[in-house]
Amino acid sequence: MAIDRREFLKLSGIGGVVFASSLAGGCATAVRGGEPDEFYFVQLSDAHWGFRGPENPDAEGTLRKTVAAVNTLAEPPDFIVFTGDLTHTTDDPQERRGRMAGFRDIVAALRVKTVRFMPGEHDASLDRGEAFQEFFGPTHYTFDHRGVHFIALDNVSDPAARIGDAQLAWLADDLSRQPNDARIVVLTHRPLFDLMPQWDWATRDGAKAVELLLAHPNVTVFYGHIHQEHHQMTGHIAHHAAKSLMFPLPAPGSQPRRTPLPWDAAHPYRGLGFRDVEAEVRKATYAITELPIVRS
Amino acid sequence: MRASTGKILACTALLALPPGALIAYVAAQPSDPVIPVVARRFSYSPNEITLKRGVPVILEFTTTDVVMGFNLPDFNTRADIVPGQKTRVRLVPDKVGTFPFACDIFCGSGHESMDGRVVVTE
Repeated sequence: MAIDRREFLKLSGIGGVVFASSLAGGCATAVRGGEPDEFYFVQLSDAHWGFRGPENPDAEGTLRKTVAAVNTLAEPPDFIVFTGDLTHTTDDPQERRGRMAGFRDIVAALRVKTVRFMPGEHDASLDRGEAFQEFFGPTHYTFDHRGVHFIALDNVSDPAARIGDAQLAWLADDLSRQPNDARIVVLTHRPLFDLMPQWDWATRDGAKAVELLLAHPNVTVFYGHIHQEHHQMTGHIAHHAAKSLMFPLPAPGSQPRRTPLPWDAAHPYRGLGFRDVEAEVRKATYAITELPIVRS
Repeated sequence: MRASTGKILACTALLALPPGALIAYVAAQPSDPVIPVVARRFSYSPNEITLKRGVPVILEFTTTDVVMGFNLPDFNTRADIVPGQKTRVRLVPDKVGTFPFACDIFCGSGHESMDGRVVVTE
């Protein structure tokens, strides 16, 4: 009996907990154009290239190890998306560009044809996305892939963490051109809902985006920012936060301050990782497998 | 509808100020104590503010650095802190406990450590 890729990950002990994001969909809607019903992509987030500190003694090596881990996946993903904080912030514009160039050169070794980038506040909030756009292009955009409509939303170029009226109008226009039962995946950096505003884990006008998205029954959000796996629903919309590639942060409200969790020398890279997202388009479901940077 | 004496005083003061010294209108009562809070990259002074439940105060924010924020979600209170301006926010704490606040406008490389707490006692 042939085993599929996800089963292989489980049997080989590579994959962590598999989280199935089952949406209100599942209705028997034909997939467009006879395209394959399943595909998978990889979400990487919060690489913070340029960070130095005791929270990660291998700050220069972790991203390279991640690239190597992705390159050894049994099957290459259809594409990879980085959901922000590619670099660690710096007040020096020249150094910011240096970090972006360094990051770009390392991830160029990914053996996947399509790699998409989004900014985090560390990349974009001090210059409203200027340096990011020089290296990686627009900060918000859409693309379609095998029957799924992807929307990359920018909630970081405004240092006040607003999507902004212009981008919200752009989102509303884009959504108005999608069929009601469109399979929609939103990629963004900050949570669109008030996860923990006491720690700045929110988007000031995120509720407006969620309100627009709620008009569609099949919407899932993948984001970063909080450096840990987290799953939450707003109505029928599932929101999935990804781990970091540099240092983990505490669970929301679990300690007085949002200081990074200390490096665990007994378990290096604990709390870090990336994820494989397997889309089953007809059912509008997304099975998430968390993967480590280094196999123990 | 007649404006209260406090509102009239606040509006009069607003009109008399030079453009660089705008005070945000908060319907303050003249008797409300004012607590100055200075924001700088990347800290608040003070970063712990002790209040009494039910006793109104005015938080008066200033900075000489860049635009920063003050967000105290547990009391639905936030403010933009703008260089050259005084931003006043009236707060009447209605619950006891320790409540974190943080800067919610990304202000530089130490932004994530710019936080503090409000402690409300009986």
